[in-house]
Amino acid sequence: MNASLTAQANSPNQTSMRAWSVALRYGLIGGAVALFLALVGMVEAFATRYVIANVIDLGTLLLFLSYLGAGYVAIKRSGARTPFEILSQGAFAGFIASVFIALLAVVIYAIPGIRTIFINASPALLAILTFKMGVPAGLVPILLSGVIFGAIGGLIEILPPSLRRSLIYAAMVVLVFGLMQDLLRVTLQKWKFLDPATSFTFSNNGLTIVGAVTLFILTFLASQLWQRRGNEARARYRQLPTRQQQLLGWGLIAFSVALLLVLPLLVGLFFSEVLVNVGLFILLGLGLNIVVGFAGLLDLGYVAFYAIGAYTVALLTSTSLEIVYAGGNPFWLALPFAVFFAVLAGVILGIPVLKIRGDYLAIVTLGFGEIIRLIVLSDFLKPILGGSRGIELIPKPFIGSFEFAGPEELYYLILAGCGLAAFVAIRVKDSRLGRAWGALREDEDVAEAMGINLVSTKLMAFAMGAAFGGLSGAIFASKLAIIYPSSFNLLLSINVLAVVIIGGMGSIPGVVLGALVLVGLPELLREFSDYRLMLYGAALVIMMLVRPEGLWPEKSRQRELHESQQEEILSGPLAADEEVAREGAAG
Amino acid sequence: MKAFNAKYVLVLLAIVAIAALMACAPAAVQPTAAPPTTAAQPTAATAATAAPAGFQPPTDALGVVTIGPNDPVHVGYMFVTSGADGALGIDSRRGVEIAIDDKGGKLLDHQVKFDGQDSGCSAEGGQAAAAKLAADNTFTVVLGSSCSSEIRAGGPTLSKAGFTVISPSNTAPDLTDPAKRFPGYFRTAHNDKVQGAVAAKFALEKLGVKTAATIHDGSPYAEGLANAFAENFEKGGGKITSREAVSPTDTDFKPVLTKIAADKPEMIFYPIFVAAGSLITKQAKEVPGLGDSVKLMAADGTFSPDFYKGAGDAAVGMFQSSPDFSAFTGGYAKFLEEHQAKFGEKPVSAFHAHAYDAFNIFAAALEKVAVKGPDGTLYIGQQALRDAVAATKDFPGLTGTLTCDPNGDCADPHIAVYQVGEDNVKNAVVPSQPFWKPGQ
Amino acid sequence: MLKRRRSKLEITDIFIYAFGIFIIAIILYGSFETLRQGKYSASQWADLFVFGITIGGIYALIALGYTMVYGILQMINFAHSEVFMAGPLTAFFLADALAKSGLLATNPAISLLLIFAFSMIVSTTVAVLLERIAYRPLRHAPRLVPLITAIGASFFLQYAFRGLFGTQFKVYPEIPALEGVVTIGVVRLTYTQILVMISAAALMIGLQAFVQRTRTGKAMRAVAESRESAALMGINVDSIILTTFVLGGALAGAAGVLYALVFTQVSFAMGFIPGIKAFTAAVLGGIGIIPGAMLGGLFLGIVESVGPTLFLDGLNIAAPYQLKDAIAFTLLVLVLIFRPSGIMGGQTQEKKA
Repeated sequence: MNASLTAQANSPNQTSMRAWSVALRYGLIGGAVALFLALVGMVEAFATRYVIANVIDLGTLLLFLSYLGAGYVAIKRSGARTPFEILSQGAFAGFIASVFIALLAVVIYAIPGIRTIFINASPALLAILTFKMGVPAGLVPILLSGVIFGAIGGLIEILPPSLRRSLIYAAMVVLVFGLMQDLLRVTLQKWKFLDPATSFTFSNNGLTIVGAVTLFILTFLASQLWQRRGNEARARYRQLPTRQQQLLGWGLIAFSVALLLVLPLLVGLFFSEVLVNVGLFILLGLGLNIVVGFAGLLDLGYVAFYAIGAYTVALLTSTSLEIVYAGGNPFWLALPFAVFFAVLAGVILGIPVLKIRGDYLAIVTLGFGEIIRLIVLSDFLKPILGGSRGIELIPKPFIGSFEFAGPEELYYLILAGCGLAAFVAIRVKDSRLGRAWGALREDEDVAEAMGINLVSTKLMAFAMGAAFGGLSGAIFASKLAIIYPSSFNLLLSINVLAVVIIGGMGSIPGVVLGALVLVGLPELLREFSDYRLMLYGAALVIMMLVRPEGLWPEKSRQRELHESQQEEILSGPLAADEEVAREGAAG
Repeated sequence: MKAFNAKYVLVLLAIVAIAALMACAPAAVQPTAAPPTTAAQPTAATAATAAPAGFQPPTDALGVVTIGPNDPVHVGYMFVTSGADGALGIDSRRGVEIAIDDKGGKLLDHQVKFDGQDSGCSAEGGQAAAAKLAADNTFTVVLGSSCSSEIRAGGPTLSKAGFTVISPSNTAPDLTDPAKRFPGYFRTAHNDKVQGAVAAKFALEKLGVKTAATIHDGSPYAEGLANAFAENFEKGGGKITSREAVSPTDTDFKPVLTKIAADKPEMIFYPIFVAAGSLITKQAKEVPGLGDSVKLMAADGTFSPDFYKGAGDAAVGMFQSSPDFSAFTGGYAKFLEEHQAKFGEKPVSAFHAHAYDAFNIFAAALEKVAVKGPDGTLYIGQQALRDAVAATKDFPGLTGTLTCDPNGDCADPHIAVYQVGEDNVKNAVVPSQPFWKPGQ
Repeated sequence: MLKRRRSKLEITDIFIYAFGIFIIAIILYGSFETLRQGKYSASQWADLFVFGITIGGIYALIALGYTMVYGILQMINFAHSEVFMAGPLTAFFLADALAKSGLLATNPAISLLLIFAFSMIVSTTVAVLLERIAYRPLRHAPRLVPLITAIGASFFLQYAFRGLFGTQFKVYPEIPALEGVVTIGVVRLTYTQILVMISAAALMIGLQAFVQRTRTGKAMRAVAESRESAALMGINVDSIILTTFVLGGALAGAAGVLYALVFTQVSFAMGFIPGIKAFTAAVLGGIGIIPGAMLGGLFLGIVESVGPTLFLDGLNIAAPYQLKDAIAFTLLVLVLIFRPSGIMGGQTQEKKA
């Protein structure tokens, strides 16, 4: 908006110069991104996965998307409006981006020694970049793809929003089906009557072309239909009497609950395994959410409680250690102890750090987490804690003769745990205690002045957070059947923190969503685990820059953050443009 | 009327959910209940001469995997192929790939499809990888895991799925302990008991030392091996002056080495991994009181070119225990050539030949038990496959002559001790000729 | 009401102090036992101290980066450990090339300067990019937001470098000119250790002089006091913050090369542990205070090196060096219990933290 207004103010010549330089800038950025993706190894690693069998692989798609993104953003920012401008400037941006890749291809071709520095600058990468044509023949398709995808990017920007949305959804559905193809195929094996559909959609190593086209068209149509008719449906719902709305709401909830209950039967072993892992992180996230999200105490050693829960269950149920002093008990007896000891540890950690604030707290809790790991690892305590060999032969929980043997059964245990934790978290959030935490988070001194007992409030936060951590650890131990100290390292604390932050601090559905995205998705795409932490890091940074309140924000938090954002924008470099725009609008 | 509908839906869904819950319980118990019968129906004879008309697909206690006439034989792996320990799994995976190439890429006229999961050298990674493999019923065999922790957590899942599991690099003694072994598990790697005993014997007999210190890095492998060494060393009349532990991410080992030096051992045994191992080697030379007089010895965890790069000249003269490559059969030279041609470098860790053998044991067993239908469909009884692998006897492999014992140990364990020479350091290659073998 | 609260506070205070005294008693008893047994010679104790000072000097240099940024922005630059890693990891390729061309053997001083310069430039670039891309837009956001950005940036950088340059560690070439030993009494120093100590000391003194004596240094102190007032006084806050990152980055790059000279191996993961240690050192000394970071770094280095032997060996605890990080973190908690703002932290720092 501001760009077009600025355009009116300037002479046409200057405007087009500016637009071209914008296209150049985003072309350069897109090229840098593409270059990075290639050199960091993602292009080559992802090229093993076809989205559409033998037509397009994920690695090449990454490059195309960089060009497309360059064209899209360039047009978005340059304010080009005539079809010629859009096509030419988008294509220009894409072209500039693809020049980076063309240059990379030339460099790999001309200087093989580059590989001693950049390990991914390999002949295999060259083959992927040049579409197996080599240098110089392959440079033509590189630059051509840049031009084409840049132009497409530009076109996307000017499509009517409804059409654009449908196209993006359709492309995403095809991508998701392509990405998850092996999992979907394996899962669909269970349903014999679907076999024709399965073989229609999937080939041995990706989607079939017809399958992909069909998926694309179906999604596109569905999305269009929803956009046309969705409002009508919503309006009709609103016209219903309140009682029926409620009933529909309850029906929806009941349906979701029922779906949750039968999920493992529908999706099979591996998805259940993933769901159980997600569930463990939801529990951890709900616990850390109390400490960080509700009470505002940054805890980087949350893994300690997870470890304590797991080790308590292991020590009480397993009989594999040299000195067994309490082993051989059933899981259900050990579980309360696991939670109890985690709470105890929470309080013990809480007391010394009562007076420590903010960033000091972060490092002390981080240290606490490491101390716990080192203690269970140490040779010194090996006879009673297992040392580096961990603790083996942890039995699975039983109810009567029903054994929670594998992920498909453990799912119900973790579902119950998550349900309980979410219930407690929701109840406590708006309680007196929850509000005290909120006050603590806002300003400790003011909270104290308001008569809030800092000691008990803080200790309650640590204790309750620790309880959920301990519960999760207990289930983890019986799921894995063997625990090692190495399972309880700092990365896990960071992972949980990321779940809470990405989901939305203080938001309970946010935690669930965060765990699904950050734990579930990488588990489903295990082949790319090499890039998991890199993408985590990038996601955290981008999230904080673009949407600090998280994916599913908590309402008050969103307000807080947006106040400060507004301020920030005004004081930032964009302020000038904004003012120009406002003047233009006023005039 | 609508209100009724919603209620009905609710009740109905609840009933469905409960029924589903009940249905899933017995289904889950069923596979474990099957007794490990040895009455494998299909034999090689029936496979070859199955008459088209009266063809009966075989039955099996654990189920039969059916491979369509144009479908590949699907071989899975579960190795660590990324991260700090990635070399271990990549080495094994390459070994299998060469074994498949040597078979012309085919078994019983079916293409071999070889893929699998990165199990990350952790218990969690092992369990997730195992679940993913177990969900795919086209597999019959899984080669893996790399690290013992992976298989401890993931093994039961694979076993329950009926797979045969053959590991080329698990060396932890208790994996083949009858009380803890899970059905269908085999390994072509040596048991660490063997390596610890060989190292201790070497120290006592060949080096003639009476005192030694051990260092491990808190990994189950290193800790187990250090303890096995210490046990055997003390049994043989030696004295362990100190048992130290470090963390694999440490870089400053001089303090711990100074502490060791105070006890004046004649030898230090540190069966740890490349990064920390090479730093200890280097820093031991710089700690007063250790210098050149104290013998240094590491194990197969450091048997890699990077170790010599990292340790530099300090490694010259030290000892390493590792599989005895000179005891490997004639095929090994050809293997190395193929490796060089296919991957452009020498093997990156110690367990490639074991992986090659693991695949071939499986291939031989498969050829024995698979039944081919008239249209070329393969029927593989899973229990039969396990039994056939277990019956492996005097199999000529690269690592020696393999015979599986009842607990799943199939290795022909030849451990030798190597001495690092100047050219190993200069060219960063592992020693090829043993310095000492047991019995010498 | 008020009375009850005070009594509650007292109970926790008693608990905290009892805990602190208990730990101190163990440390004293362990040290006494170790010394009584007399297993270690004076020169071995001296060696342990020298090792501790060497690593401590490196910690101190990294800690300066944490402390300066904290002093000015009141934020933990968690990604500083990756700034420390970026320089030496990339400078390896230069060092390797220099070694292969023979320049490293014939002209060690010039080569070393080149390596230092290259490493410092790379680290500074990373630090400046971090500030521009990740931190500047968040200057007015709640405190947790930039901290989490920093954690994210740390992981992104670490694994991006891993992707670019590989998982395996790289080995710095040996520098013949640095091989040699000087013995003073019972103290035995290698040339490398001397180089580390001298350059660490020189860089820290230089930094202190810069902050105390120059105009820019004065402006930095002003911004640290109050960003708003400094801006009103006509100080360009953005450029001062950038200067801080430049200084911190350059110091980290230099520390990285020193680290590479001592330990010879560099890898993408090399920054993580020293980063956490240096941060601990900064907190120990009193975060935001430059001499505090130096003191904290040396203290931590010595505790790590001497501590396990001195405190635990006499108690017959198996494998004490496995617990060295536990000792370091316990001491950190102890220091924070008795002096919540660090060894050198005064009242003002406490208020800020």
